[in-house]
Amino acid sequence: MKTTNYDQIQETLYSKKLENGLEVYLLPKREMAKTFAVFTTEYGSIDQTFTPLGKDEQVTVPEGIAHFLEHKLFEKEDRDVFQDFSKQGASPNAFTSFTSTAYLFSATSQISENVQTLLDFVQNPYFSDESVEKEKGIIAQEIRMYDDQPDWRSFFGTIKSLFEEHPVKIDIAGTVDSIQNITKEDLYTCYETFYHPSNMTFFLAGNFDPEAMMKQIEENQSSKSFAPPEDIKRSYPSEPQEVANKHKVIEMPVSVSKCLVGVKEDTSSLTKDTFLQTDMIKSMVLDHFFSKSGEYFEKLYKEDLVDDSFSFETHLHKTFGFTILGGNTREPEQFQKRVKEMLHELKERELTDEEFERMKKKRIGQFLRSMNSLEFIATTFVQYRHLGIDLFQVLPEIEKLTKQDVMNHIQNWISEDRIAVCEVRPSEA
Amino acid sequence: MSTIEEHMFKQEGYHLHMIPTKKYKTNTIAVKLKSPLNREVITKRALLPYVLQQATSNYPSARAFRTALDSLYGAVLSVDSSKKGEDHVMTFRMEIPNDEMLSGDESLLKQGLALINEIIFHPKVEGEALDNTIVDREKQTLTQKIKSLKDDKMSYANTRLIDEMCKEEPYRFHVHGYEEDLDGITAENLYEYYKEMLSNDDMDVYVQGNIDANEVQQLVQETIKREANPKRSKNGTTQQDAPSEVKEIVERQNIQQGKLHLGYRTSIRYGDKDYYALQVFNGIFGGFPSSKLFMNVREKHSLAYYAASRFESHKGLLLVFSGIDPNDHEQAKDIIEKQMDAMKAGEFSEEDVEETKQLVVNQLRETMDNQHGLIELMYHQVLSGSTVTPNEIIENVERVTHEDVVQVAKKVALDTVYFLTKEEGGNE
Repeated sequence: MKTTNYDQIQETLYSKKLENGLEVYLLPKREMAKTFAVFTTEYGSIDQTFTPLGKDEQVTVPEGIAHFLEHKLFEKEDRDVFQDFSKQGASPNAFTSFTSTAYLFSATSQISENVQTLLDFVQNPYFSDESVEKEKGIIAQEIRMYDDQPDWRSFFGTIKSLFEEHPVKIDIAGTVDSIQNITKEDLYTCYETFYHPSNMTFFLAGNFDPEAMMKQIEENQSSKSFAPPEDIKRSYPSEPQEVANKHKVIEMPVSVSKCLVGVKEDTSSLTKDTFLQTDMIKSMVLDHFFSKSGEYFEKLYKEDLVDDSFSFETHLHKTFGFTILGGNTREPEQFQKRVKEMLHELKERELTDEEFERMKKKRIGQFLRSMNSLEFIATTFVQYRHLGIDLFQVLPEIEKLTKQDVMNHIQNWISEDRIAVCEVRPSEA
Repeated sequence: MSTIEEHMFKQEGYHLHMIPTKKYKTNTIAVKLKSPLNREVITKRALLPYVLQQATSNYPSARAFRTALDSLYGAVLSVDSSKKGEDHVMTFRMEIPNDEMLSGDESLLKQGLALINEIIFHPKVEGEALDNTIVDREKQTLTQKIKSLKDDKMSYANTRLIDEMCKEEPYRFHVHGYEEDLDGITAENLYEYYKEMLSNDDMDVYVQGNIDANEVQQLVQETIKREANPKRSKNGTTQQDAPSEVKEIVERQNIQQGKLHLGYRTSIRYGDKDYYALQVFNGIFGGFPSSKLFMNVREKHSLAYYAASRFESHKGLLLVFSGIDPNDHEQAKDIIEKQMDAMKAGEFSEEDVEETKQLVVNQLRETMDNQHGLIELMYHQVLSGSTVTPNEIIENVERVTHEDVVQVAKKVALDTVYFLTKEEGGNE
């Protein structure tokens, strides 16, 4: 077992790569009552086309299947796994993102039993025709719920406008139509390919003894047999430089219009070594100009174009990346015009030393604040791990950053052909 | 079990609560101003958090104030309004890194307290008025906020349920105010009301983190100065019985998913002896994925993605909410009512009670691990006038029996069923 001390943030991380390929990370925090566990596979909604384990031919599976599989893993032949956790005083959950599926629990007692339950239920699938059919009604209601949410519709509408080919544009839960085609056999194919331990990470943070816990997990894993690990062959279509659709309007029965401006990020030249810095710089620059202390936010506010629903975010992954800014607005036309002007203007902006120092301080504070949350630490650590980054190295990376790094980045960031706009407008009654 | 240490001091004008803990890398400050819900002033109270954040006497713009927060390692400040029972609570929250995590002596807590004092006690005023331009602009912000709440159907359905259920009680007042009041609000009368608030509201200050209680008491006393020193008000939240006939409301909009919300009266409040059994009751009925609502509405009949219940601790309400296909209205309602009947008939096992107690305790302990969660838990004492601590809640939950839960179930009475559904005449 490897022990890594991070002195500055006063944390110690224990880790080990097991024989079957599973990576295990343990972060004891004895002062907490709670323990949080997350068991993640690097398999999400974008993994639509791949070569199934042991086969030669590539297949394309129905949209929304990773999410469907996440739902179905909780159901076993004779019971629902929610009940197992409930009996052990734990609160289980799961989520599916573009690039991963995560199963988790939080608990303040019976940690060892709950860890066992988590490992075992994820590694023992049981899918039947009947239970697959039954789930379709539940997921259809989940999709309908999102259909009525203007925030979700505008967010996904922007992604669909940005990407022409890449499966990031597919709704994570699929559509009411696409999920009708999912079969028990599809689920097993995806499960066997993507839930191999060598494609998975287990992270535990909270109140437990790391030595005993590592031993328990190793024993649990060595008692199970898995096929030898193979490299998973995933296929993503090539995505053009420019956006799919520069302007899109979604009509919905809303009272307030929304407008989001999206930027399709160029991830082609990112490497393991430049990833973290690029990600940090983008979010620091957006924050500097568009948060409540930012010059551009102040302008948009004074021009009556935004309210406090305005927000921004950047997502960078191996095969795609995007930045989205926006929120409620009274004048979508003017809002998008001004935000685009501001984004283009960035390349001519100079930062003073004082501004740059403040950006760094703010980023350090944000990082320390996020370190209060076991959920954040565990899920973000794993997400970063998939990209080859160590979450706990963020602090030294921020400190190393120079003003020149930031300037170099913003000079080459924005181009017109990579910008798309999505509006949600009130439909005619 | 680790206990929560709370040091309380009565300062001039407010109560100071200090919670020393080494769990976090940041310190948290919360200042709460409370007064009874009142239709006359509720929109002013909803508007003030927006106005106060726009400028202070020493920081002429929101940007200047936010820049000062950024310099304190990105200290986060938020101001919001909430409804707790029939009280309106305005909360100023700040989270700021702990000095220990940073190199050099920054005394961030002291500077943070000074900024929170600035925003509360030194708003930007001109003569006897708040800044006119800011008030006008923020009236627009609030209008947009009130409008956009209607676009979140879950929250809209919940508001409408309470409108109908509590028609005659102050609890129905909307915490974000009313559009029609905004024309009558001026920079002068808003300032006049804010001064009244600062003189009359109950004020509580919470400081939590890796702190020394004596030092912090001194620091807060020096930094946060309130001239008024009002007597603590008594909790005036009213109680009402469910009507003899259940109210049924159906409303139609152009939507995909129906929202079925049911409102029950429990008449059980924080500090009451039944409060602990109520928590277990809610857990078995609809509070967890192992509950009757989840297992029957979702897992057994595949009618919903979510179907759950929660209780309100000060008004004594229990609310059920679910998102269903518009055509499944009757079936879903029937299943929900059957689950309640089963609760009243005691149709759940001793094992269910024991498991749910553990889940409730787990949830409470997790909340106590969260800085803002713990402060909210402790504030229940102020809201209710009870002295029951979070640790005592856990002890009492652990003593709940099957019979206690049945007794609570028998007190729960359905008042109103609200259904938001799609427009008539549409196909599908």
